[in-house]
Amino acid sequence: MEIIMSILAGFLFTVGLYLILTKNLIRIIIGSSVLSHGAHLLLLTMAGLKTGAPPLLGLNADTYVDPLPQALILTAIVISFGVTSFILVLGYRTYKVTGAAETDQLRGTDTDE
Amino acid sequence: MFTILHLAIIAPFLAAVLVPLLYKFIPRIHTGWFVLIVPIVLFSYFLTYLPDVSGTGSVIKTFEWIPSLGINYVAYVDGLGLLFALLITGIGALVVLYSIYYLNKHKEQLNNFYTYLMLFMGAMLGLTLSDNLIVLYTFWEITSISSFLLISYWYTKEKSRYGALKSLLITFIGGFALLVGFVLIASVTGTYSIRGILDASDQLAASPLFLPAMLLILLGAFTKSAQFPFHIWLPDAMEAPTPVSAYLHSATMVKAGIYLVARLTPLFAVSAYWFWLVTGFGLLTLIWGSLSAIRQTDLKGILAYSTVSQLGMILSMLGAGAAALHYDSVDNNAYTVAVAAAIFHLINHATYKGSLFMMAGIIDHETGTRDIRRLGGLMTLMPISFTIAVIGSFSMAGLPPFNGFLSKEMFFMSMVEITHFSQYGMGSIGLLLPIVAWTASIFTFVYCMILVFRTFTGKLQEEKLPAKPHEAPFGMLLAPLILVALVVVFGFFPNTLVPAIIEPAMASIMPELAQTGSFGVDIYFWHRFSTELFMTIGVVLLGTIIFLVLQKWSSIYAVFPDNRLFNQTYNRFLEGIERTSYTVISWHMTGLVRDYFIYIFSFTVVLLLFSLFGTGAFAIDTANMVPVTPYEAVLSLVLVGSSLILMFTRSRLKAVISLGVLGYTVALFFVLFRAPDLALTQLTIETVSVTLFLLCFYHFPQIFDALKETKFHAANLVISVAVGLTVTLIGLSASGTRLFPAISDYFLENSYKEAGGNNVVNVILVDFRGFDTLLEILVLGIASLGVYSLIKLRLAGGENK
Repeated sequence: MEIIMSILAGFLFTVGLYLILTKNLIRIIIGSSVLSHGAHLLLLTMAGLKTGAPPLLGLNADTYVDPLPQALILTAIVISFGVTSFILVLGYRTYKVTGAAETDQLRGTDTDE
Repeated sequence: MFTILHLAIIAPFLAAVLVPLLYKFIPRIHTGWFVLIVPIVLFSYFLTYLPDVSGTGSVIKTFEWIPSLGINYVAYVDGLGLLFALLITGIGALVVLYSIYYLNKHKEQLNNFYTYLMLFMGAMLGLTLSDNLIVLYTFWEITSISSFLLISYWYTKEKSRYGALKSLLITFIGGFALLVGFVLIASVTGTYSIRGILDASDQLAASPLFLPAMLLILLGAFTKSAQFPFHIWLPDAMEAPTPVSAYLHSATMVKAGIYLVARLTPLFAVSAYWFWLVTGFGLLTLIWGSLSAIRQTDLKGILAYSTVSQLGMILSMLGAGAAALHYDSVDNNAYTVAVAAAIFHLINHATYKGSLFMMAGIIDHETGTRDIRRLGGLMTLMPISFTIAVIGSFSMAGLPPFNGFLSKEMFFMSMVEITHFSQYGMGSIGLLLPIVAWTASIFTFVYCMILVFRTFTGKLQEEKLPAKPHEAPFGMLLAPLILVALVVVFGFFPNTLVPAIIEPAMASIMPELAQTGSFGVDIYFWHRFSTELFMTIGVVLLGTIIFLVLQKWSSIYAVFPDNRLFNQTYNRFLEGIERTSYTVISWHMTGLVRDYFIYIFSFTVVLLLFSLFGTGAFAIDTANMVPVTPYEAVLSLVLVGSSLILMFTRSRLKAVISLGVLGYTVALFFVLFRAPDLALTQLTIETVSVTLFLLCFYHFPQIFDALKETKFHAANLVISVAVGLTVTLIGLSASGTRLFPAISDYFLENSYKEAGGNNVVNVILVDFRGFDTLLEILVLGIASLGVYSLIKLRLAGGENK
């Protein structure tokens, strides 16, 4: 399963990055969201999968899965949500002000200082 | 320990901080009056060190700066350092005094001027009184920077900016070479302490790095001291206000290179290369500078080239003095006189050149021009300035009874003496040295005469002068008068300097010889009819003839190459660099974010793959892997499917829905992998995100229209696949490798004991790593403020909501 999860994480990175490399603002935003999903799965996989019960001490299990990556991922999920929503609104605003939905339409020229 | 000595060295920096405040809050009093206190106090303070350094004495005070790297701030006062400290503070005090009258407090930005000047003074003190090469180097560069700032003081003038940049670039190139040279030395001797390095000089001499280190350090010294062919920055530096020219570009900063050569003489003097390079370039600069000076029509231009030439002369004497170190004792060691002459001339040059620069500033200030073709006949109008000019110039020309005569005689003596030296492959070529020295002195004599007589005698051309000439105010004359008084005093009583300053400084340059006895320096006017005296008489006679027929000579000058060659080389070099860097930058800095992402990710992939395989970290361990259940297989397929749709879809609704599917699938994975909290969070967040996307879609569908024009891009795919592959490989290696036990056991054990919580993930977030979560909330807060204001903000004009 770890092999499949690693490949899946790599696949999500590929898709996310491919979307980020396009010029379209919406695709860039979606891409960054996909990329963070990939990162979360990668973190979880690297810690080892299903090595014990969920880290809830009330279960009285012998072993638990590693709680630390979960805490990290939880933080990351929330932060990536903050970032996604911010850039989504930024893209929306950019489009409203400039009418541009592609990054190369936003380029200034060298003389515009 | 931090002592008064350290404080004295950094005092100018502290003053530099106070200057703008004084300028702002006490505008009625010229800021210079406050600043003047600093060099005067420091000069008096350093005078108290004179007894300490007499003979071979020195004072060392250590302040540990970065002990772990072995970089200490060791203040080291010996004869040579003290000589420079006195020059820096003494001339500094006079220059500040002069500047008070030179710079108008209503028109000039005094805060800038005095801040830079104090910055320079502190750096120069630090440079000369440091025992550590890294500290020395740091201060060395600060002097370059403050020189840059001072040259461009009148930064609205094109020429000021050009001159400032030129001096900065040339001295920085040398400074970089110097740093490399220092590192080479330290790599051989294992220490950055100058005293330590001098002790280990045998070790360095045997090393193959000896010659490269020497060449690099000489490059640094030559660029700083404006030696041929790097001298071209100094004439352009004359765009600085005259007090700066008098201070930095004649008396102190340009002598930093000389200081370095003197300081490292015991280290390198064993080498014939050192002798030939230092003496050769010194003499070449001497004659080139004096020839160039004659062609100048600007008073400060003459003085600039004259400074170049005199710096060359001092260096050539230090080079010749290297011969003295081939003997074990001071007895019968005729070559020590060259070192004595170098130090004596260094002091003399500071006195007469300082006064001459101030004189040039006075002429400029009172007549409005420095062009000798427009000047003339000022003798009766400006008698005091005339006196200053006569004493300064005659001393520089080497005429008795001034101090310049004495050091010039000693210079001739050492150049004649060095021809008897048997080592360094001297032979017949050695005879060239006194001949070059003598020829250059003739031209020196000529430009000194030009300086005096073209300015002060002849016909007054009042109609050509921008201002009506009159004598300068007394305050302005005071500083140059003190300097010419010193010229005369040192001329008549040179031996007062010998035990106090000259011999201790010689002891620093020739430490081993100093152990064997006194140098016995005795400077006197009457040498009997020796070779030197005849040389001086020859200089005066020939020089006078050349001066008188100079007009006829000027056509011959056109034949010789002049400094334009070097200036053109410099300009072309600069243009070339600008053009090349423009080409390179416009090639890769496209302004497209996509391109920058490609650079970043390509580099990341290369770096990660290199370290993964380069260190042999790649490993797949299937032992502890869990089997795949059908449910997980289905989820994986859903994940792949929804991301493929995201990648290629042209429908806006499909994109939003696929993103939602992707997020929920990830949440389900979290459930399967025993992470209930993650699953809950992911579900909530994903719901909100999808809502947000849909809201955006609802309010502003046009922005999604661009999705329809999606093209497939192969290069992007290659990069993306490479990154994805790297991530997979790292993920595989990481999950199969455990280098040390995870720290998670601590959290599992203590979660209930310490924090009273059974949900370990929650306890980590709110308790063990509570601050992280706090800051995370801050990030979210900032993001939500951004979102809110982006939606609500109305920009002025251009938009109607």
